[in-house]
Order: sequence, then C-alpha cells, then structure tokens
Amino acid sequence: MLAQFGFGVFVLTFLLALFSVGAAVVGYFDKSDRWVEAARRAMLLIFPLITLAVLALAYLLATGHYELQYVYSVTSNDMPFYLKITALWGGQAGSLVLWSWLMSAFASAVTLRKWERDRELLPWVIVVTSVTLAFFLSLTILFENPFARWWQTTGGDFVAHMFAPAGAIPVTPTDGQGLNPLLRHPGMIIHPPMLYLGFVAFVIPYAFAIAALITGRSDDRWIRLTRRWTLVAWLFLSLGLVLGMRWAYDVLGWGGYWAWDPVETASLMPWLAGTAFLHSVMIQEKRGMFKQWNMLLIILTYALVIFGTFLTRSGVFSSVHAFAQSAIGPMFFAFIGITFVTSVALLIYRWKDLRAEVEMTSLFSREALFLLNNLLFMGVLIVCFWGVIFPLISELVTGQKVTVGPPFYLRANGPLFGALMALMGIAPLSAWGRSTFKTLGRALWKPFIPSAIVPVVLAILGVRNWIALVGFTLVAFVIFVTLFEFWRGARSRQKKQNENFLVALWQLAGRNRRRYGGYLIHLSMVVMAIGILGIELYQTTTQKTLAVGEDIQIAGYTLRFDSLAQFPYTDGRIVTRAALSVFRGGKFLGDLYPRYDYYTTSGQPMTIAGVRSTLADDLYVVLVNWEDVSAAQAPFKVYHNPLVNWLWIGSLMFIFGFLVAAWPEREEEAREGKI
Amino acid sequence: MKTKNIFLLTFFFLLFAAALIPAVAVSAQQPTPSDDEVNAIARQLYCPVCENTPLDVCPTTACHQWRELIRQMLAEGKSEADIKQYFVDYYGARVLSEPPRTGIYWLVYIVPPVAFFAGVYLLFRAFQTWKRLAKEPLTGADHSSSPWSGPEPAKGSGTAADDEYVARLEEELKKRK
Repeated sequence: MLAQFGFGVFVLTFLLALFSVGAAVVGYFDKSDRWVEAARRAMLLIFPLITLAVLALAYLLATGHYELQYVYSVTSNDMPFYLKITALWGGQAGSLVLWSWLMSAFASAVTLRKWERDRELLPWVIVVTSVTLAFFLSLTILFENPFARWWQTTGGDFVAHMFAPAGAIPVTPTDGQGLNPLLRHPGMIIHPPMLYLGFVAFVIPYAFAIAALITGRSDDRWIRLTRRWTLVAWLFLSLGLVLGMRWAYDVLGWGGYWAWDPVETASLMPWLAGTAFLHSVMIQEKRGMFKQWNMLLIILTYALVIFGTFLTRSGVFSSVHAFAQSAIGPMFFAFIGITFVTSVALLIYRWKDLRAEVEMTSLFSREALFLLNNLLFMGVLIVCFWGVIFPLISELVTGQKVTVGPPFYLRANGPLFGALMALMGIAPLSAWGRSTFKTLGRALWKPFIPSAIVPVVLAILGVRNWIALVGFTLVAFVIFVTLFEFWRGARSRQKKQNENFLVALWQLAGRNRRRYGGYLIHLSMVVMAIGILGIELYQTTTQKTLAVGEDIQIAGYTLRFDSLAQFPYTDGRIVTRAALSVFRGGKFLGDLYPRYDYYTTSGQPMTIAGVRSTLADDLYVVLVNWEDVSAAQAPFKVYHNPLVNWLWIGSLMFIFGFLVAAWPEREEEAREGKI
Repeated sequence: MKTKNIFLLTFFFLLFAAALIPAVAVSAQQPTPSDDEVNAIARQLYCPVCENTPLDVCPTTACHQWRELIRQMLAEGKSEADIKQYFVDYYGARVLSEPPRTGIYWLVYIVPPVAFFAGVYLLFRAFQTWKRLAKEPLTGADHSSSPWSGPEPAKGSGTAADDEYVARLEEELKKRK
C-alpha cells in the first residue's frame, strides 16, 4: 500500500513539474502573473510531495519490506538501523530519488519568494528547474522505480514490476541481500549526498543564466543573485570529492585516495568547470567582461553535472554495448544533447548583447591572469574528459576497450596544476586593468625571496626529485604571498587604528570576508598539495608473507606479526584480524590491526587497513585477503605514505575558509536583494 | 640378446636423462621471485576482467592466478617487457595502464595538448584584439570584495610603497563600512 502511495506521488509530482513548465511558459508569453504564480505554487508543492515519497521509501527500507526489489537489494535483517536508512541512496533507483528530492528542495528554496525585483527571470528559472526535475522523475517512474515489487511468473521466473504481470503471484523474501559492504563506511554514507548537493545546487545558477539569456538581461544580475548558490554548490561538490577520497583511502585497501577511475574523474569534471566559473564571474562583476565566457562555463558545468550522473548510471563504463541495451543510458544521452544544444543556441542568439563593457589592456592585469586560470582549468578538464571517453571511442572504432589510467592523467595534469598553483601566488598581487610586468614584479619580489630559499633547503636535506623541488617551492610561494597579504593588511590597520595586531587581523578579515576567506581557501589548497606531493612522489610499498613472530621493514619502520584471530560479528560478518607491533629504531610505537570482513549474506569481503597516522607519514598495513591467510602465517602489504595527512588537514582548512568567504554580510544582502 | 640388452640399457638411460631434463632446467631457474618483484610488474597491468583495477590489488581468484603467472615467468627469466607483451597478446591492450602508442591510440596523447595549445593561441589572438580595441588606457584600479582583489601593488618600494598600499587598503575598507 505504502509502495503504491510512493509511486503515485512520483507520478503526481512528474505531472506537476510538467504543469509548472507549461504554466510558466504561458505566463511569460501572455504576461500573466496568475499563470506564473500557478507555476510557482506547483513547483512549491513538489518538494513536500517528494518528501512524503522519500519518507515512505525510508520506512519500507527500515522495516525490511523485502517484497520490494529495491529494499531486497540494499538491505538485510542484520544491518543496523542507520544503514537501512542510508541505503536510500545505496542503489541506483534510490540515488535518483535523492537527486529529485534535492532538486525539488533547491527549486522550492529559490521560488519560495515572489521576487518582485526580478519578476521577468522567475518563469524561466521555474522552466529550467522543472524540466530538470521532470527528467529525473521520469527516470524513476519509467526505468528505476524503487517501489517495484517481486512477482513470480507462471513460468517460474522472478520479476520486479509495479503491477502484477498476467498470472503472476506476489513473492516476499524473508531477508535481503544487504548493502554493498564498500558502501557501509561513514565516508561513503555522506559522500553521495554531498556530491549530489553540489551537482543539484549548480542547476540553480544555470537556471538563472538561461533565464537571463531568454529574457535578454545582459547585465550581471543573474550572477549576483546566484553567487551564494554557486558557492554552496562548489562547497558541497568539493566536500563530496574529499569524502570520496577518504573513503577510497580507508576502504579500498590499495593505499591511495584517487585512482583516476572514470567515475571519480567524471565527478571531478563539474568541479573543474565550476571552479573556473567561480573565478571568472568575479571579472564580470568587477569589470563587465567575459559575459559570453561565463555563460558558456555555467552551461558546461550543468552539462557536466548531468554527464557525471549519466556516466555512473548508464552502464556505459562496462561496455558501450551495455549502454545501448540500457534504457536509462539513451535517455540521459538525449537529455544532455538537447539541453546543451538549446543552451548554446540561446547563447549564440544573445552573443552580441553579451559583449564586454571594457576591453582588456594588459597581459599582467588581474583579469588577464584570471583568464589564464580559466584556460588552465579548461586544460585539466579537456584531459579528464578525453581520458574518460577515449576507452568508449576506442571500443566503438576498434572493438577493443583500452584503459586510460593514472600515468596519463598525472603526466598531462601535473604541469597544469603546477601552473595553477603559480597563478594562485601571482594573481592576488596583480591589479585590475593596468598592471604591468614592472608593477607585478615589484609586488612579487618580497614573498618570492623566502620561497626561493625552500628548494635550496630541500636540496641540502637530500631532496633530488625535481618535481618535488618545484612543487614545494610553489607551495611555499603561495603560502608566503597569502601570509604577506594578511600581514600587510593587518599592519596597515594596526598603524591607522592603533589596534593590537591580532585585533587588526580579525577586523580586516571581518570587513572583507570574501577576499580573506578566498585567501584561506588558497592556503587550504596548497596544504592539500603538500599531502598530494608527499604520497604521489614518495609512496613506497612492500609485501611479504609472515609467520607469527616474523617482521617486515619499510621506511625505517619494523612491523612484527604477533597473532591472527577470526570471529563472527553481530551484523553477520566474519572478521579476520591480525595484530602487528610497530617499531622504529628498536622503540615500540604501538599496535596495528589490519583486518578483512567477510559479509556472509552477500558473500563480499571488505579490506580495512591498519593505519598509524602522524603529520609526517602514514603507515598503512593491509592483510592481503586475496592471498592465502592462516593463523600460522599471513601475507601483509605495507604502504608508507609520507605527508598524506596534510591532504585531510587542508580539507578541514578549506571548510573554514569557505565559511569565512560565504558568511553573510548584512549590507551586501540588503544591497543585492538576496534570493 | 646382447643387442637387446644394449637397446634396453640405452632406452632406460634416455628415459632417465629425459626425466632429469626438467630438474636440470628447474635448478637453472632463478630463486622464486618475491611479492615485491611480482607487484612491481602487476601494478603496471590492469585486471583483464574487472574495470580499472590494477593487477597488484585485484582480489579475484583470476588475478591471483595471473600474479602467480607473473612470478613463474620471472622465475623463467622473462623480462618485464616480455611479461607485459604476453598479457597484451592474450587479453588485449586494455591490460596496460595506458593505450599503446600505435595507430588510433595516438589520439589519446595528441588531442589534449592540441586542444590546450589551440586555447592558448585563441587567447593570445584575443589579447591582441582587445589591445587594439582599447582606444584609451583604463584608469582607476577597481578593488572590491573578491578574494583576488588585493590592493594594487605599490609602485615604489620600501616604506613609501607600503604607505601607499596601506592608504589604498584603508580607503577600500572604508568603502565597505
């Protein structure tokens, strides 16, 4: 009954989304406020309705209604309650429901007010958000229905349908298959909602951009109205990526955080376009330039958001042939094609109206450096896009799939990321409009001198890897530039206002949060870069089968195998856990307990590394469950990951920087008429 | 009879010699390669069955057997290149971490730099056009609230430059009050 209710709600919300589109279009062309208001109210109604359907699904998951195929595939009796709830997005059908729910929430938040000041944009914002929502709801209704139940046909086959096939009888299994063990990690529980929040939030600035194009608003109003949406989207997308990295590091047991897997690369692509957009819109706000480019960037970001979802949902990665057989794949493909072509056509139509108000005059001006920043982000994006789709092209053309793995991405993206870091140091010191090589040089020399000492010190300490020397020098350069900016600003206040230095620093940042929050984000990025350089350039690994009492050495550490135990756990898994003692220079440092969990219901194993973390390095030990393990001897794979914790510390700094940058400023909000 | 005995003796000698051949061959082999030696090659190869999983960390039984095959080939004295080629011959180019630099696969290496440098060229042309279009120099550096919008760098150096910077920053911050 609850399943029928949930499905009925989805059908109703789909119809409401279509009505919302029609009413908004009629309202715009007839200049009828009543129709636009009807569209807005229909849009507002969708969110509570989808919430009811989501609650119904959550209840069915929590109470073990295994007669539903989705509940059967992602939950089981022995799963804890919280995992049964988070199983809502543990499978394809549920994650599409989550997409629609978040989309409806954001669309409601945007249309909650009547926007008296920007009335002409409203209908088209409703159209874009409703079309996107209707598309995802149609996928749920037609292809990935989480409320479909099991039936046994007259031929004895088990099929999942919403309604009974002719002659079929309903079937109710007593237990489900359970959630994929890999998805039971806290990082993976939060990672998909974060990523989806980022994806969905980027739909809002896109909707405003399209509304501006259709209505012919060539000013930067749409950018100002959606600035906070863009920031929120970027935050959640960034957090989603970092959580995904942490999950990979903790759960996948290969000692790394990023494998340039097509799925993770596909989720990075909207972030790259979105980050370029985030920087580029500042030039339009400040100088009235790059209006066409900003439109193109947000169109690209939206297309990549849908493309990223498409790649993970269409089955195209297993094979292009699987894609052709999948119903959901061609739907996504068509939707991306139609929305992208329509958006670009609109942009071409308004191209002349979006000309810059001023022209660029200096290659060293801040706007020129921003443009260079955009070019570098686009470079990384091209590498990622090409690397992701090339195996599919290869399969189509030659019939043979190929792997485009980390060596390709690292070689191609490494220099581009290096150049981006250099720009992070240079651009804050340049001026709008009239900066010259000479003025830029004068501003740069002070922070450059201490940075230049860094490679010398590193070389004396024995660092010979030139990538490390360049990379850490750039890190130091950005840190010195940023600290220099803080110091100069605070000192100026200290002198003029006769304040304590720390008070001056606080006041300075408080009065221009966007700038100084941005600087903190830059700092967080280079702190993350320290971790990335450490693990990418200096990771070492060794593997050995040890008898009890034997040891293994790596990077000055000695690990002694003490014992191995196997025991069942309350949630149905069988845990095999080894105990190792860690020594350095003969001194005992602690114990490590790598283990692997075998989930009997699903028959899937999960490898959990034993990790000793310090600011200097991680000692990461895996019980190699894919080799022969016994109580007497067991194979261990040990990774030494220098500096990797700076990656996670940088992520926390990033959140702090974001909060500073995005914290509401009362005067600004009043001025902008925030939506 | 004698001939028969000689024949039998020769036969058993040959049989014994034949039985010794593998033993001699085995004794000529190198010591069993370590896990690290196997992994050094396995991490450059991708599981032919699983998607995007390097062979050194793939938990499937098939990959376990392939790693043992690498160990055996190393013991037989095969080089890294020989072993990689063996896997490519049997399972196709997808076992390599990158497409081979042949035929259509060159595209994967050529397209990104060509696209990037096309972007650089377009940007350079755009700069030239903008410079030509700019009839008069822009005045008044506009500093506002962007994270990048630090005050314009000082024209002088030392204390005078700092004072100028301080004055400009203060002016800007006052505007934001």
